[in-house]
Amino acid sequence: MGKVKPGPLARRPDNSAFKQQRLPAWSPMLTANSVLPFFYFMALICMLLGVWLLLTVQSTEELKLDYTEAGTCNLCFEKRNVSNAAQPCICTAVFNIKKAFKGDVFFYYGLINFHQNLRRYMDSRDDAQMVGRKNNLKSPSSYCMPFDKDKNGVPIAPCGAVANSIFNDSFTLSYMTSSGSVRVPLLRKGISWYTDKNIKYRNPSTENMTLPQVFEGTAPPLYWQKPVYDLDPLDKNNNGFINDDLIVWMREAAFPNFKKLYGVLHRANKPFMNGLPAGNYSVEISYNFPVQYFRGRKEVVLTTLTWFGGQNHFLPIAYLVTSCLILLIAILLTVFWFKFGKNGQNMEE
Amino acid sequence: MAFWRRKTHIEKERHVKANARDYNENFSYADNHIKTSKYNVLTFLPINLFEQFQRVANAYFLLLLILQLIPGISSLSWFTTIVPLVLVLVITAVKDATDDFFRYKSDQQVNNRQSQVLISGSLQNEKWMKIRVGDIIKLENNQFVAADILLLSSSEPYGLCYIETAELDGETNLKVRQALTITSDFGDISKLMDFDGEVICEPPNNKLDKFTGTLHLRDSKHPLDNENLLLRGCVLRNTEWCFGMVIFAGLQTKLMQNCGRTTFKRTSIDKLMNTLVLWIFAFLICMGVVLAIGNTLWETWTGRNFQVFLPWDDFQSSAVFSGFLTFWSYIIILNTVMPISLYVSVEVLRLGHSYFINWDQRMYHSQTNTAAEARTTTLNEELGQVEYVFSDKTGTLTQNIMVFKKCSINGQTYGDVYDEFKQKGEITEKTDCVDFSFNPLYDRGFKFYDGRLVEAIKLEDPVEQDFFRLLALCHTVMPEEKSEGHLVYQAQSPDEGALVTAARNFGFVFRTRTPETITLCELGRAVTYQLLAILDFNNVRKRMSVIVRNPQGQITLYSKGADTIIFDLLDPSNEDLMYTTSEHLNGFAGEGLRTLALAYKDLDEDYFEIWMKKLISASTVIENREDQLAVLYEEIEQGLKLLGATAIEDKLQDGVPETIASLVLADIKIWVLTGDKLETAMNIGYSCHMLRDDMNEVFVISGHTLLEVQQQLRSAKEQILGLSRVSSAGDVEKAEMFADGSVYEETIIAEYALVINGHSLAHAMEPQLEHVLLDLACLCKTVICCRVTPMQKAQVVELVKRHKRAVTLAIGDGANDVSMIKTAHIGVGISGQEGMQAVLASDYSFAQFRYLRRLLLVHGRWSYFRMCNFLWYFFYKNFAFTLVHFWYGFFCGFSAQTVYDQWFITLFNIVYTSLPVLAMGLFDQDVSDQNSLHYPSLYKPGQQNLFFNKRQFFLCTLQGIGLDTHYWTVVNHFFVWGSLIVYFSILFAMQSDGMFGIFTSSFPFVGTARNCLSEKSVWLVILLTSVVCVVPGMAVSFLRVELFPTLTDKVRHVQQFRKRQGPQEQSLRRVRRTSSHRSAYAFSHQQGYGELITSGKNMKMSTPSSTGSPGRTPQSSTWIENMLKRKNTVSCVSDESTGAPAKTD
Repeated sequence: MGKVKPGPLARRPDNSAFKQQRLPAWSPMLTANSVLPFFYFMALICMLLGVWLLLTVQSTEELKLDYTEAGTCNLCFEKRNVSNAAQPCICTAVFNIKKAFKGDVFFYYGLINFHQNLRRYMDSRDDAQMVGRKNNLKSPSSYCMPFDKDKNGVPIAPCGAVANSIFNDSFTLSYMTSSGSVRVPLLRKGISWYTDKNIKYRNPSTENMTLPQVFEGTAPPLYWQKPVYDLDPLDKNNNGFINDDLIVWMREAAFPNFKKLYGVLHRANKPFMNGLPAGNYSVEISYNFPVQYFRGRKEVVLTTLTWFGGQNHFLPIAYLVTSCLILLIAILLTVFWFKFGKNGQNMEE
Repeated sequence: MAFWRRKTHIEKERHVKANARDYNENFSYADNHIKTSKYNVLTFLPINLFEQFQRVANAYFLLLLILQLIPGISSLSWFTTIVPLVLVLVITAVKDATDDFFRYKSDQQVNNRQSQVLISGSLQNEKWMKIRVGDIIKLENNQFVAADILLLSSSEPYGLCYIETAELDGETNLKVRQALTITSDFGDISKLMDFDGEVICEPPNNKLDKFTGTLHLRDSKHPLDNENLLLRGCVLRNTEWCFGMVIFAGLQTKLMQNCGRTTFKRTSIDKLMNTLVLWIFAFLICMGVVLAIGNTLWETWTGRNFQVFLPWDDFQSSAVFSGFLTFWSYIIILNTVMPISLYVSVEVLRLGHSYFINWDQRMYHSQTNTAAEARTTTLNEELGQVEYVFSDKTGTLTQNIMVFKKCSINGQTYGDVYDEFKQKGEITEKTDCVDFSFNPLYDRGFKFYDGRLVEAIKLEDPVEQDFFRLLALCHTVMPEEKSEGHLVYQAQSPDEGALVTAARNFGFVFRTRTPETITLCELGRAVTYQLLAILDFNNVRKRMSVIVRNPQGQITLYSKGADTIIFDLLDPSNEDLMYTTSEHLNGFAGEGLRTLALAYKDLDEDYFEIWMKKLISASTVIENREDQLAVLYEEIEQGLKLLGATAIEDKLQDGVPETIASLVLADIKIWVLTGDKLETAMNIGYSCHMLRDDMNEVFVISGHTLLEVQQQLRSAKEQILGLSRVSSAGDVEKAEMFADGSVYEETIIAEYALVINGHSLAHAMEPQLEHVLLDLACLCKTVICCRVTPMQKAQVVELVKRHKRAVTLAIGDGANDVSMIKTAHIGVGISGQEGMQAVLASDYSFAQFRYLRRLLLVHGRWSYFRMCNFLWYFFYKNFAFTLVHFWYGFFCGFSAQTVYDQWFITLFNIVYTSLPVLAMGLFDQDVSDQNSLHYPSLYKPGQQNLFFNKRQFFLCTLQGIGLDTHYWTVVNHFFVWGSLIVYFSILFAMQSDGMFGIFTSSFPFVGTARNCLSEKSVWLVILLTSVVCVVPGMAVSFLRVELFPTLTDKVRHVQQFRKRQGPQEQSLRRVRRTSSHRSAYAFSHQQGYGELITSGKNMKMSTPSSTGSPGRTPQSSTWIENMLKRKNTVSCVSDESTGAPAKTD
């Protein structure tokens, strides 16, 4: 184009495959030879995957304990109902594991009917503040409203509804043997994504100051009992915005019923070298998080993992059902094909 | 202010003074500058933006953008809308700008044409656009007339000049215009300078054949009419120069006034798309309302309790108000169902399809070096839905070249070729044509294949000789001898030219003519005949005769005309010959040839003298002159002796019958609209197989009054519908039947054709008759309208467009087709010829009618098919993408939370998914081009709108059948897999540490992809989803193909199995039929030329002489002798022999 060729055929279009629409192409046709084998093949693949997944899932263990009003917790439940007083309340719930949990055991807390996925809720946070920007520390984003400043106008760190509503129950899991109870060791760190812990959440640079000094001039969120720099009294480095529990909480759940990782079984010593042995367990709960307002439930989930995640019955079943449906369709198609359309009889004009 | 006033000023009468620009300035008439472009550099941006925001979609997105800026509602960042919007606006603006630039360039080209203008005493070269009303301009031979001018004087005697009006009305024969006697001697500049006449005339209008005005010159008034006016767009022919005064210029010329307004053409898919967008919008509102109600309920039941963690905003006073806000939020989120990029993508697709048309080698005509051109890029898919084709005849179906093909002389036909087995053979390129080199004056362009005729001539058979002598004598052709022996004939109709040329090649060369003589070169001898009278042609007589005296003194009347007429005038002794000839004529007519019968009669000297006296006295009578002349003509044209008949082929363009046959198979109805005569039009109908002898009936409607026409239409219709049915049915039923003609269209198996002429058409188009006309026309397989004006052509198209809800296509080559081309949904111009008007007005142009087949059956079909598939896929993709948010609303408390990253939403339509769809829309082919041509029925689904309609739209929103590409080219692969790669690259780029570091708040999803995609369950879900999505669609498609295959499937099937086999030649040979329609006589010119010749007005060197009288010979004999002397020196020598030495002198 643009070039002016001399001669009588100057305006003759180029004879290229592209311009003449003769590009070599694969034009698939849905013929019995291709469709039917494909269907059988897909059915087979899905079947195999489904069976494999099912078997894998079968080998996992999971235990859910709704402790909202379980055991002695009904008292605490009532207590939180009356007022939101900072009055501590500790209760205990017991449960029994019939079959030992082999391998890594993950300890989750779960919330039912808690909407972490509301738009205004999800927006109510300041990522810039939590990545350690000094400006945002002192003047949080307006998205955090009304949790950006406290009554006295002191900026809240971390600001926003998400941080404010952090799940603040804590658990102590004990294995009850005949010789008394053994505390089940849980690893409370390394439970967040590497990218979150190291990139997305950063404390403001300390520059020889201690963490409390850095956070001076900010107020803790309204519902917090502890300031952000004092979340983990045991480990100094697990405080501030990089506290694992905070990070886990800040990754909002997509659905109103969700579970979040609390800790992983530390399998260093007996009797927990191979996981959780069968037996009776008690979980001591520092019961702080109120759920009665929104008719929610709280639970503890203990589970072992497979290569494709936690105990998940949906995937294997979905695969099996799909496989069956494909097989059914394939058979139906074959029948139709044999009866009505064999060898393209309908193709004849 | 002045500008504004000019707009409102309504001109009632035009005053133009010659050579007085100052005076003419007062009226602020339009100058000769033409502007069809819309913008200039400064106005482009505001006007273009204004136009773009008039599009509903763009305005909608602007509104959306504003909504997004309200914090309480904003559920998505502003960039999700502004990025696509700006992209769309920019692409459209660039396209508009380029289009307009080309318009501007073509305007410039016309505006800058040079012309000579008389300015302050001398002729100066001036650009067309500088010409003003009242200027005197000089035109030279073969120049375009720059404006509507009043002819003042010319190089020819009597101020005559010849023009070709092909650009205006499509008629290629020459027309004569004459200057007023008072101005006809203004040959030199000084006289023209002093000319100060004032013309008072009608205001600008679009009537091409009417003009009234008066010239006021030195206290005298001279009436002016159309005969004095040269219109813009005409070409000066056979006239060295002429002077004229500009009356109308630029946009006020009759040509431009006739161009009509350019209306923006929309395709039906366009309209459907607009409707769908409205529906989608309604759907969007519905979803919004449902979700808003959901939100209100949720806030009342659940959200109210959740206030501990998420207190309501200050302004969010109640759940209802919250619902209200949510509604707007969801409108923003769900806007992805509203396909903003749809319009742009559709434009891109159409542009691509247009390029494919431009690039198609098979629509390139090498003789004229013309490639097909898609001049409008917005109509491509409509090419796949055409139901009615309106075609011009001359220059479109035919080449407007007449060829002497056959003749019947004295009961013997010539012109067929016989092979060694005495069988009639086909004339092909290889057939040897007759060698005419025995005749030094022969025309090289003339081809004849039957050697027997030349042999007969060489044997000096008197009948053969008389036959060609007649052809050489009996006509109104003007010869022009450019150099010695190099003859050019100026025939006012191509038929005559063909006949005289044939006579020339067979040794009867028509050399010169004076008002009183005709000089032939008969087989090498110069013979001068005295031309005693021309009995001119007219429509009633259907014949013309000349009476000549040969050098021996014998007076002979030669006559040629329609066979039916001539046969009636024959001497009874000719009966046998008449029957033989008549049979031959039927044969000729059956082949679609135009025939004329030739006859002569030797006259008695005394008888002629008496007749001539009567003629002279009759010609001086004022009252009933025509009638009296006709009676006299009739009197002498009795007892003729038949010589034979001629058959002329109105040469069709290549491949016309095949193309028409193919289009008819594709259920496309072809109507021929021509300015030509009934006979000629029907002839062409026969030769391109639109009319056939095996048709049940060809109705010819040629009434003169409304009632007559009504009568004819009704009776024709009744005949088709079956008289019994109509008469037995009650009036009410009858009305119903007529109202719903379409039902009957299907049931009528018999084939009918309708031929209607312009006069009748004018009546038939009246409101009360148009339904009858349309019903009748639709019942007929073939419709031919002849003698129609350009406006009527447009009206016919309009009629069909209005009542049939079908896509119409008009194809033509001349300016007379412009209005029709503009009116039809799709206008096609035949390019590569002189006139450009039709091409300029058209949407598509190519050089040959036969390319229409490829344009419709291949490009049109593909475009339609691709566009439909594209829309299918596009809507599916958008719905699938957006409905996720709807369902998620039920989980997130209807809070308008998005599921996806905002950037994903921004880029989904314009980056991630646009290219694969586009590639499919550009390159997909369900059936190869050869098969598309081979099976014209594949075209039918388009006409019935089967591929994309509202039902399909719902289906695609309900169940999405995945990527349904039939034709995976490299580009498809590249785009599909490329898009996936692009998706992942952008995903990782946007969720990278760097991006988060820089724009923390815009890219909060740092690391999400990394962490998610390392989860194996994600991949398991992806696999499962793909399988679940693909399988049902595939099963349905497979079953459909196996059990209810469409023609497309069948063809694809065949295509797969016969890949190796080459395409079969489709032979749609011309079938020779035995049979007969009559009276296809070949006169396509007007009467009046005879008089022009005998009066000598059009003879350059002649002195005026009185109209032919037998006694004038002595008076002008010296002159004739001179002429003869001159002629004899050169007579009958070829240009080779004299031309060459002449040059060396």
